[in-house]
This record gives sequence, C-alpha cells and structure tokens, in this order.
Amino acid sequence: MKLLKKARAGTLESGDIFVTVEPSDRLEITLESPVKEQYGEVILQTVHKLLDELGLESGLIVLSDQGALDCTIEARLTTALRRASDRGEDA
Amino acid sequence: MRRSLLFIPGNRPNMIQNGEVLPADALIFDLEDSVPAGDKDAARDLVAGALRALDFGSRECVVRINDLDTKEAKTDLDAMVRAGIHTIMVPKVRGAETIRSIASLLSDAEGAHGRQEGSTALIALLETAWGIENAMEVALASARVTGLALGGEDLSADLGCPRTKEGWEIFYSRARLVMAAKAAGMDALDTPFTDVHDFEGCERDALFARGLGFTGKLCISPFHLKAIHQAFAPSQEEIDRAAEVVRAMREGEKAGKGAVSLRGKMIDLPVVRQAERVLALAKAAGLLDDKELDHDPR
Repeated sequence: MKLLKKARAGTLESGDIFVTVEPSDRLEITLESPVKEQYGEVILQTVHKLLDELGLESGLIVLSDQGALDCTIEARLTTALRRASDRGEDA
Repeated sequence: MRRSLLFIPGNRPNMIQNGEVLPADALIFDLEDSVPAGDKDAARDLVAGALRALDFGSRECVVRINDLDTKEAKTDLDAMVRAGIHTIMVPKVRGAETIRSIASLLSDAEGAHGRQEGSTALIALLETAWGIENAMEVALASARVTGLALGGEDLSADLGCPRTKEGWEIFYSRARLVMAAKAAGMDALDTPFTDVHDFEGCERDALFARGLGFTGKLCISPFHLKAIHQAFAPSQEEIDRAAEVVRAMREGEKAGKGAVSLRGKMIDLPVVRQAERVLALAKAAGLLDDKELDHDPR
C-alpha cells in the first residue's frame, strides 16, 4: 500500500478515534489518548499489526483516541488509509 | 424471535458497542439513511469490524444495506457477508426482482467468502406504494426472505400524505403487509414509532400492530424497547390457553394418538403453532418457564 494524499476518518466523540494519515518518506505515529498511560502500548500494537498486514512502511499517522475499542481503531485506520491510497475496498 | 429490531447508526461506534447490552431481539446496523454519503465506506468498515470482534450474544445481527440502485449496495453485501452477518435488510424493495438481484449477489459473496450458499437471510423493507402492492411476490421471491417490514415514513412521503401518530394513512399498507407475510409464513414487522419521548404512544402503536397480526416492530430508540416488549407479551389468559393446547398435544403424542381434541374441539397444526409462539413470547417476556409448562394446574 502506498499513501498518495492526506486523508482522515473517525470523530472526536466518546468511544471513537480520529485518524489523520498523509504521505511521508518515513513512518511516524503520534497518539493522543486519555488512556495513553494504561492502553497506549496496546493501541500502538493494534496500529502496527494493521500496518504490517497492509504492507505500509511509511506515512505520518496521527491518532486522537477518545476511548475507542480495538475494532474501532482498526476500522477507522483502515478507512483513513484506504482513502489516502490507491486501494479499493476489495483490496 | 423478532419482537423488537433496533436500528443503530453504522457510523457511531459508541452506539454500536452498546448493542452488546441492549435488550433488543435484533440489532439493525444501518448503512443507509443514518449514514452521510461521504461516510459510507467508514460505516462499512466499522460495522464489519464490530461484527467480527464484539459479542452480541443471542441478538440477531441485521445490516440495512444501501439501496440496490446505488453503487454502495454490492460493496455493502460483500463486506457484510465476509464479516459473518446473519441477516440483510433490503431497503426500498419494489418487487420480486429487487430480491432476486440481492439473492444472486449474496450467493456470489457467500461463495467468495466460504459461507454456505443461502445462509444469509433477508428482511424486505417495503416503503413505497410499489413495494406494498407487490408484498406477496416479494415474500415468495427467494427462500432467503424471512420477514417483511414496513417503512412508514418513506411510504407516507411516497403516498403524498402526512404521517400521523394515529397512522390511518398507513392502515391499508399495514394490513396488506401482514396478509402477505402470514400467507408466506414469515415475520411481519411494523414501522418504527418515531416520537422518541412518547413511551405510551409507542406502546399503543405496538399494541395496535400486534392486534393486526404483526409479529414485531422496528425501533429507532432503545427507550422504546420496554414498551414494545410489553405490547408483544401475551396476556395470562393467552398463556394459560396456549399451555393447555401444548399439554394436550404432548399427552396425545404419548398416547400415540394421531389427532388430539381439547374440550371437544380438534387441535390442528396452526393452533399448535400459534400456542407454541405464545409460549415462546411468554418465556421471552419472563412470564413463563419450562417447569410451569410441565405442571398441570388442573
């Protein structure tokens, strides 16, 4: 997967996560979360696992978490990455 | 059992996760009207992820896909089948052809994702004059169809009449839908009551629907679930009568009788099925347990 443009997904509502992604020549992930101390590691593991599955090696990823479940984090990141890339939903 | 089917907007994660604890018989994750056009892809990802990861227990999981005439519908179907959905709600069904097209797309998706062909059920949402007039052919269009549901808001708009709480503008449509659903042996599901804060109005509306023969009701607010369940709970008299029928049938089977009578009247299969349904509703409403059924008060 290759990022071609800036894109975002999600909201800042409780239980959601707002994700922004954009092309870059390096991989940089920024996480803001009220539960970062307790769950920051777990959230980043979820993010890295998905990036590995999608074969994404570079990009700027900013996550504003509002207490989202793992499945919500995966879904929002998937949407944002797809919107930023050349991949369709079947890919 | 489909007494209550609660719509949940497909792009609201907090509402989706609440579905794990809400006492609805079925959850309808909505990809259609409650999701803005620019967020269809996001809602699809969110609902598919929730279906895979969350535990909705015994609740039937339904997804309302987008209209077959849109480019979203096929992608919705493929994503939901891949995520293991039980039932698809098809909006704006006009006739048998809509159902046949959806059934064909479902077969393709089931084949592509290793699911048994025919394993995904359909609920047809009738919300146009065409749909209502074609209710019977819709019900019979595919073995996948397990229920007909009424969309009163869109239907009123199509009829060009105001939607009222009394609902006389949709009376014919309700009756027509119930007749087709019952003739085809499937669920008849009433339109949602849309005043979220009027609990008594919701119960009245649900009681009226039950009186017409509806088996359950669509719902847009968790606050309406209690009113709907109360309306669809059988009375003690109905429970006692149903228990009597089932006991008589059991005794007849034990005695090896082919035909059974109760108080001088033959009990035929439709009566037994209705009695079993009343007892199932009573159990769901917490009004009966199996021990009570085994105990004969005579």
